[in-house]
Amino acid sequence: MTHEILQVVWFFLIGVLFVGYAVLDGFDLGVGIWHLFFKKDGERRALLNSIGPFWDGNEVWLLTAGGAMFAAFPGAYATVFSGFYLALMLVLFALIFRAVALEFRSKIDSPVWRARWDVAFAVGSILPALLYGVALGNILRGIPLSVGGDYTGTFFGLLNPYSLLIGLTGLAMFALHGALWIAVRIEGEPAERALGWAKSAWYAYASLFVLGSIWTLAAQPHLLANFRAAPVLWIIPLLAALAIVATGQYTRSKKALPAFIASSLSIAGLWGIVGASIFPNMVPATGDAALSLTIRNASSSHLTLTVMFIIALIGVPIVLGYTIWAYKTFTSGGRLAADEKAGGY
Amino acid sequence: MDPSLLARIQFAFTAGFHFLFPPLTIGMAWIVFALMNRWNRTDDPADKAAAKFWFGLFSVSFAVGVATGITMEFQFGTNWAEYSRFVGDIFGAPLAAEALFSFFLESTFMGVMIFGWNRVSKKTLWFSSLMVAVGSTLSALWIIIANSWMQTPAGYAMRNGRAELTDFFAAALNPSTLPRYTHVIAVSLLTGAFFVMGISAWYLLKKRHEAFASRSLRVGLVTGVIAAFLVLSFGHWHGVQVANTQPEKLAAIEGLFQTEKPAPGIIFAIPDVKAKKSRFAIQVPAMLSFLIYGEFDAEVRGLGAFPEEDWPPVLLTFSTFHTMIGLGFAFIGITLLGVFLWWRGKLESTRWYLKMLMFALPLPFLGSQVGWITAEVGRQPWAVYKVIRTVDAISVSVPAYQILISLILFIAVYALLFGLWVFLLRHKIHHGPEEA
Repeated sequence: MTHEILQVVWFFLIGVLFVGYAVLDGFDLGVGIWHLFFKKDGERRALLNSIGPFWDGNEVWLLTAGGAMFAAFPGAYATVFSGFYLALMLVLFALIFRAVALEFRSKIDSPVWRARWDVAFAVGSILPALLYGVALGNILRGIPLSVGGDYTGTFFGLLNPYSLLIGLTGLAMFALHGALWIAVRIEGEPAERALGWAKSAWYAYASLFVLGSIWTLAAQPHLLANFRAAPVLWIIPLLAALAIVATGQYTRSKKALPAFIASSLSIAGLWGIVGASIFPNMVPATGDAALSLTIRNASSSHLTLTVMFIIALIGVPIVLGYTIWAYKTFTSGGRLAADEKAGGY
Repeated sequence: MDPSLLARIQFAFTAGFHFLFPPLTIGMAWIVFALMNRWNRTDDPADKAAAKFWFGLFSVSFAVGVATGITMEFQFGTNWAEYSRFVGDIFGAPLAAEALFSFFLESTFMGVMIFGWNRVSKKTLWFSSLMVAVGSTLSALWIIIANSWMQTPAGYAMRNGRAELTDFFAAALNPSTLPRYTHVIAVSLLTGAFFVMGISAWYLLKKRHEAFASRSLRVGLVTGVIAAFLVLSFGHWHGVQVANTQPEKLAAIEGLFQTEKPAPGIIFAIPDVKAKKSRFAIQVPAMLSFLIYGEFDAEVRGLGAFPEEDWPPVLLTFSTFHTMIGLGFAFIGITLLGVFLWWRGKLESTRWYLKMLMFALPLPFLGSQVGWITAEVGRQPWAVYKVIRTVDAISVSVPAYQILISLILFIAVYALLFGLWVFLLRHKIHHGPEEA
């Protein structure tokens, strides 16, 4: 494969990795968002046990996406990670607290201990769920870059209205996704409650999606260039919108599993919109567009992209194989009862 | 404040803290697998209880390892952007491979083990414990490949203003990968062994769960004595490789200021960089020449043969290296003593030896820390040896005050994590294994 083709392939593959992360760890984060809304210990244990076997593997999708970015587009990895420094540190500490909260929470039989870790788990989920969207919003909007590819703005510059809107959209998306997971995996009254909250989350998600779309159409012309050049691309936002509508329909008619699947597809759809909008940029630059980091100027060498592609061809099927097996094994026992005492957490 | 100094302190602190956990969990993963193996063979509830108990301590430690490990992948981008751009073409791929081949494997099967005790078959649990051990051992391979490339870069060319990969296998199997990887895995087995031995010794001293503790102690001792010898052998192989590929580092860790023929091996000294000599030296004539080249009259280059701007910090690397060597011999001594007592049938009854094992538990952790300081500080002033200097490798767009904020947060959060880890371990140890 030529260098140019591999660069496109890796743009797409990294997108797939981020979609995988958002769909999988997305429901973990979503469960965390709702965690404190459930007041009983049995209910909270059930929530934790519903994601228990899966969350650590799900989180690895983030590490793989980040690692793939480093390997395939080191220029973009370096710019984004250093440019969004404090925001990323916040995300990192949140993820650290989420991880230890999950593992430590039920290890000591003390209500105070559990309560503190419940808060850590919730905050450790809500913060990344919000900040991921803020980061993505900044990528979409473009950031000021120097000739050397470094971010020349400030931390507070990242908290601009457009990016905050994308952040809130992401938060609503994860909240909906998580509520639907709870509705699928937990039995009884808590699942009913979750479906109710899913309905509210859907309204937020759909409204923010519409608002974000209008804002983008009106104020971010650079994001429309690809769609103007190749109008067939409009099918992507169309499919995403359809998936969002379908999620709403299934949620309202209390069909949790189809709703969850539609929600997953909508997440993929949103990422599709992101990819179609910014291609071939990885990090668009405000100001001088020539300074944008693209799949051409920020990528690794031909050999590295080839080696990485071979590594992916070998590794991905194996990972998918045992991941699917693990999901089957731990969802085959029926729903979890909300007085779950025998789980691992 | 100097951003490059802050970035270095932060990386050293977060890497050092993270590295308390992988050696323990890699070593314990194999010990747990051995116990799972035994349980699968015997179907004895006592064997199941033993495996479950050690797995419980393992999983608490594994969680902290994962949590602090995410920091490392982020940190190359956040604080070392120039480095990431300059050598990312080579360095990024092993990190991606580590996630794809190893992290997924260990995380997924950890999930099976934590949640599967009453759900999946004995065989599936056995297989899962093997996958966790394989996954974590493999993960060490990829990261050592990447780190070794920083020490002895190979399979690359300078092109387009950066280092570019020219030969994947030459880069991955560069001169220091295998000596360092084998040494680190041996250290991991040693760490797991001393952890199991120390805790088993405590139970025996308290006369609790004695049958369980005696059996675990023996598993630990067998692992430990083999590991201790492997650590020394692979360490020696690594030392010879350092002499051949990074002579400045060798000179610094050995306290050799002048080129000497033959060169003495210094057991103890206080290096004086200003005066360019090692003071109060207790040394063995020609020992260094023999250790490196196998000949008593071989010449070994001293720091004086190299420009001073290429010298690593001498006092720190010399002292950490010698501490590590001392510990290495102590591990051999402690484990051999245990084997001797076992042979004499006095292992569980020699209380002073059990006490020694208890107090020796932290020593492999100390050995890893000083060993890594030797390795990484010994590579200074280079981030990648002879390719890019550390001062040129940091992120230029991150102001010093932001690094100070993150550094303070890391210290506070990691101190909390450490306290919680010790607290939970003690809680589980106090509770002990399930009794039939």
